[in-house]
Amino acid sequence: MSTVSEPIAGTKVHYLNADYGIKSWLLTTDHKRIALLYLAGITFFFFIGGAFAVLMRLELVTPQGDMMQPETYNKMFTMHGVMMIFFFLIPSIPAVLGNFLVPMMIGARDLAFPKINLLSWYIAMIGGAFTLYAVVAGGVDTGWTFYTPYSSTYSNTHVIATAVGVFISGFSSILTGLNFIVTIHKMRAPGMTWFRLPLFIWAHYATSIIQVLGTPVVAITILLVGLERGFNIGIFDPELGGDPILFQHLFWFYSHPAVYIMILPGMGVISELVTCFARKKIFGYAFVAGSSVAIAVLGFLVWGHHMFVSGQSVYSGMVFSVLSFLVAIPSAIKVFNWTATLYKGSIVYMTPMLYAFGFIGLFTIGGLTGLFLATLAVDVHVHDTYFVVAHFHYIMVGGAIMAYLGGIHYWWPKISGKLYPEGWARLSAGILFIGFNLTFFPQFILGYLGMPRRYHAYPEEFQVLNVMSSAGASILGVGYLIPMIYLVWSMRYGRPSPPNPWGSAGLEWKTPSPPPTFNFDKTPVITEDPYIYSHDEEVEVG
Amino acid sequence: MAEHPAVAAHHQFDDLEQQLDASTLGMWVFLVTEIMFFGGLFTAYAVYRSAYPEAFAEGSHHLDLTLGGLNTVVLIGSSLTMALAVRCAQLGSNRGAANYMIATLILGLVFLVVKAFEYHHKYVEGLIPGPNFVFDSPHARHIELMFCFYFAMTGMHALHMVVGAGLLIYFILQARANRYSPEYYGPVEVMGLYWHFVDIVWIFLFPLLYLIGHR
Ligand SMILES: [Cu+2]
Repeated sequence: MSTVSEPIAGTKVHYLNADYGIKSWLLTTDHKRIALLYLAGITFFFFIGGAFAVLMRLELVTPQGDMMQPETYNKMFTMHGVMMIFFFLIPSIPAVLGNFLVPMMIGARDLAFPKINLLSWYIAMIGGAFTLYAVVAGGVDTGWTFYTPYSSTYSNTHVIATAVGVFISGFSSILTGLNFIVTIHKMRAPGMTWFRLPLFIWAHYATSIIQVLGTPVVAITILLVGLERGFNIGIFDPELGGDPILFQHLFWFYSHPAVYIMILPGMGVISELVTCFARKKIFGYAFVAGSSVAIAVLGFLVWGHHMFVSGQSVYSGMVFSVLSFLVAIPSAIKVFNWTATLYKGSIVYMTPMLYAFGFIGLFTIGGLTGLFLATLAVDVHVHDTYFVVAHFHYIMVGGAIMAYLGGIHYWWPKISGKLYPEGWARLSAGILFIGFNLTFFPQFILGYLGMPRRYHAYPEEFQVLNVMSSAGASILGVGYLIPMIYLVWSMRYGRPSPPNPWGSAGLEWKTPSPPPTFNFDKTPVITEDPYIYSHDEEVEVG
Repeated sequence: MAEHPAVAAHHQFDDLEQQLDASTLGMWVFLVTEIMFFGGLFTAYAVYRSAYPEAFAEGSHHLDLTLGGLNTVVLIGSSLTMALAVRCAQLGSNRGAANYMIATLILGLVFLVVKAFEYHHKYVEGLIPGPNFVFDSPHARHIELMFCFYFAMTGMHALHMVVGAGLLIYFILQARANRYSPEYYGPVEVMGLYWHFVDIVWIFLFPLLYLIGHR
């Protein structure tokens, strides 16, 4: 560690006031500070990605394409997808909450490779800068999926800059996963056995495996598309006998598991929230832990369900269909175990728990509609319609972002040392839930009725449902802005938080809020299982 | 031990042993990501080679077996010198480690120079994919595809060699500054893992590209 400036007399030294100045942030190797750097970076990308969604929903208020050209609309949904997936959702929970909490939950002073951790943030930001350049220079219109040969040959937009951005940011994801795997293997405090690990850690371990195994494949795939565009290395070029379907295989080999990079950490968050606010030990610890690993493994075997109508053989379609049904089992195990944990719990309806309830309900809807899509015959009907759009937004927004916000609220006192305003927080959680459902539920119906995705105009009979969706999106936007405002506000004006405001059993709460630079004054020794709650322990604030 | 200044573990580790364990595991995990990275290319290669076996064999005959074979020997030699460098570092001989790493670096550069000559020949013969690709054969287009793989795969491998050479220079300077000792030799060992991996990739690339259809 570099020089530490003198703290103000009377205040306790913690990671936020241990050192001041912009350099102490940009050159930090403290995992907690890097988590905050990520928080700032991805929030920025989130609002950019959100702006494109706003423009799309505005265009879709009327059936005619009256606000933008179809080409412009293509760029809107492409840049919305690229920004949200690669620069917000993939890093969201792992890089912010995971970075902050993985060392604390296992009783370590830092991640195994703090400098690589900082490097991964810079890589993510450089990747984001390339993509932003592509946006500013005129955008890209291939869809976030970069399907060849459109992306490699025909598109006249900034594919290479975007591809370079996505390629670069992939290394950030790989390095984060690598850091977590090594940290969880080698840095656990004495007594922290594998089956005493919090489920948040199991979820991040499984996520890291996907990041490490999947991301390199999409990296080489995107690189090959770039080489094809720039240097005639036509591996997917049909003119040379190349196969565009091969691109889809390689792309989805990563991009289906990538869905689990987004949702598994969220499931880890929910396990922590449900136990804490039901004041109960998790039901079926080993099953919840094991299902994370099962999802990571099975998730690699289902990519073909994106290609049922792409011309892959019927037999591989059937195999991929069956495997996709199988992957629902570990997800369902989690939902059942959370529900069983709630049973006879002393449930406290604080904001993080409201998000947890939101997650469980919305994820269940998103997951079950995923089974519709895994069914070959049904998929032929709803493929590339708004049904698919609604399905994956229930998983990624209703699931991943709800868990992310729930986690941010739950650990906010630990991160900032301040309490957020509970009233505002509950209100915005409610607004988000309503706005979310109003935005995306009508899209299930639209898709079922046959409205295809990625069109800027549509037949008149779809207008009512589209207006509902756009109205919901504006409510959703307000729901995102409110927490942004009061969380920033609370950093300065919020009531100081006690070390453990929720009466949580987690190790990360057994150190001051905010924690000292090395997390614990002395290395903790773990003597019991996680989630030891008794009903009479009360939540301290409320 | 005046020549080996005592090295403390980084702040996040309890001791040097934990630090070495962590960095070794970290490199293995990184190599797994590398396997997946090259795995994407190898998969695509396997798909097309089974689709166009004659074209791949015909294209392969236009690769220089002598230069490719020479490079294979050079790389295997460099793996030997790298392994000896690790051994020296473990025994605390910084001089030996530095010298063996210099030998490794030289062999690596020989490989790259030979590779550059091969690329140049391909350029002269008009075997660079793109509008200038000339090949008189009914399979010409598929052979162009084969050369796409040749350049993508060997290019990616050469890039890894360049990175490895850069890292070697850094570790040579460290060894010359007497940084390593029987207690602290982890970085050289981890460097060795990377170097051997890059060699092994070539051991797969050589037969897959140069030896198709030769009897
Ligand atoms: Cu999928």
